Amino acid sequence: MAMSPVSLSADPLDQSWYEASARARIDALLDPGTFEEFIGPEQRMMSPHLPAFDLPRAFDDGIVVGRGLLDGATILIAAQEGRFMGGAFGEIHGAKLVGLLRAARAVKPAAVLILFDTGGVRLQEANAGETAIAEIMRAIADLRRAGVPVVGLIGGRAGCYGGGGLIAGTCSRLVVSEGGRISVSGPEVIETNKGAEEFDSRDRALVWRTMGGKHRRLIGGADAFADDTIRAFRDAAREQIGRAPAFDLATLEAEQARLEARLDRFGDARDATEIWGRLGVNDPAAVPGLDTDRFDTLLARLPEAPHDAR
Amino acid sequence: MEKLTFRHRTSKPLPGTKAQAITGVVASGNLEVLMERSLAPDECTVEIETAINGYGPVWEAVVSDFVGRRQPGGLRITINDGGARPDTVTLRLLQGARLMEAV
Repeated sequence: MAMSPVSLSADPLDQSWYEASARARIDALLDPGTFEEFIGPEQRMMSPHLPAFDLPRAFDDGIVVGRGLLDGATILIAAQEGRFMGGAFGEIHGAKLVGLLRAARAVKPAAVLILFDTGGVRLQEANAGETAIAEIMRAIADLRRAGVPVVGLIGGRAGCYGGGGLIAGTCSRLVVSEGGRISVSGPEVIETNKGAEEFDSRDRALVWRTMGGKHRRLIGGADAFADDTIRAFRDAAREQIGRAPAFDLATLEAEQARLEARLDRFGDARDATEIWGRLGVNDPAAVPGLDTDRFDTLLARLPEAPHDAR
Repeated sequence: MEKLTFRHRTSKPLPGTKAQAITGVVASGNLEVLMERSLAPDECTVEIETAINGYGPVWEAVVSDFVGRRQPGGLRITINDGGARPDTVTLRLLQGARLMEAV
């Protein structure tokens, strides 16, 4: 599909994922009219900490959780609102996701979808946020062991950083778009700690080719690359739910071996384009400009398919 | 932070049957508006929590204008504000009323 800056379609599925709010993403992603929210805004379950910092709160604490149908199958879903405090995990925000994941063990849905859009832990309630990250990772491991796939969708303006990046690493499958970024330390954090010579956060091209969707897909840190539309994410999510790997010792040992091999092979690379070259990409400099079809064609032609390691 | 509450009488209830609606997000220059159909048909309350202090008279004018234009009887309106301009506030209130009018 050619890049088009503005969608002229009235169909909610044609909306930009990047531009849409958490609620708009859920509404268009699920079968129409099937979303049922848990702990909705009318319950006013807001942060108990933000008033101490004289900061405004949100009725849903920046995350929408609930149940709905995808192709007629029941799924549980959580969507972070990246525009409220960068989608960061606070106490209530984190507890809502932990609760959803634990509920999934009882409900046994066809899948849990997590629509990441986060800069990580909310600094104003950091202890609660860090605890939530650990609890979420534990809950995902338990859920996957119980046979429920957990699929992460990443394409929002806040990307998927900090603890969100750690949680993404525990998901069964990840779908990412060009606008999505996955990492732990964000560009500004790296620059602050290591200097602009190490990582210039204002160099947008550097940020995107180091943390962006295409790089993550090429090195196996994400399992599908999607156009920036809700339809593309919906299609990719349906496909990836069916491809969730088993969660057992053999999978984890294979993952460990793949990660070790990746470090051996690319650990000395100075730039993502070097890694792409070593993977067999003929013209690494052209990769950022490829549209989704041509990028998928490139992936199919590589000597080795991207593996599952993230 | 500043908390403001406005109570209005309306000549009629807001049409529609939707019990609640939410629009907007709390972000810089933006706000979220929660509307609930939970009051008497000729009453409307607007409760605001705003990050920007000292704009009570502006809020009062924007809310009065909205109530006058839409007659949102029956609505309890609650706002979390991240520092939105008056035109944005009006836009979100009108969006919310439109959502509540859906059958």
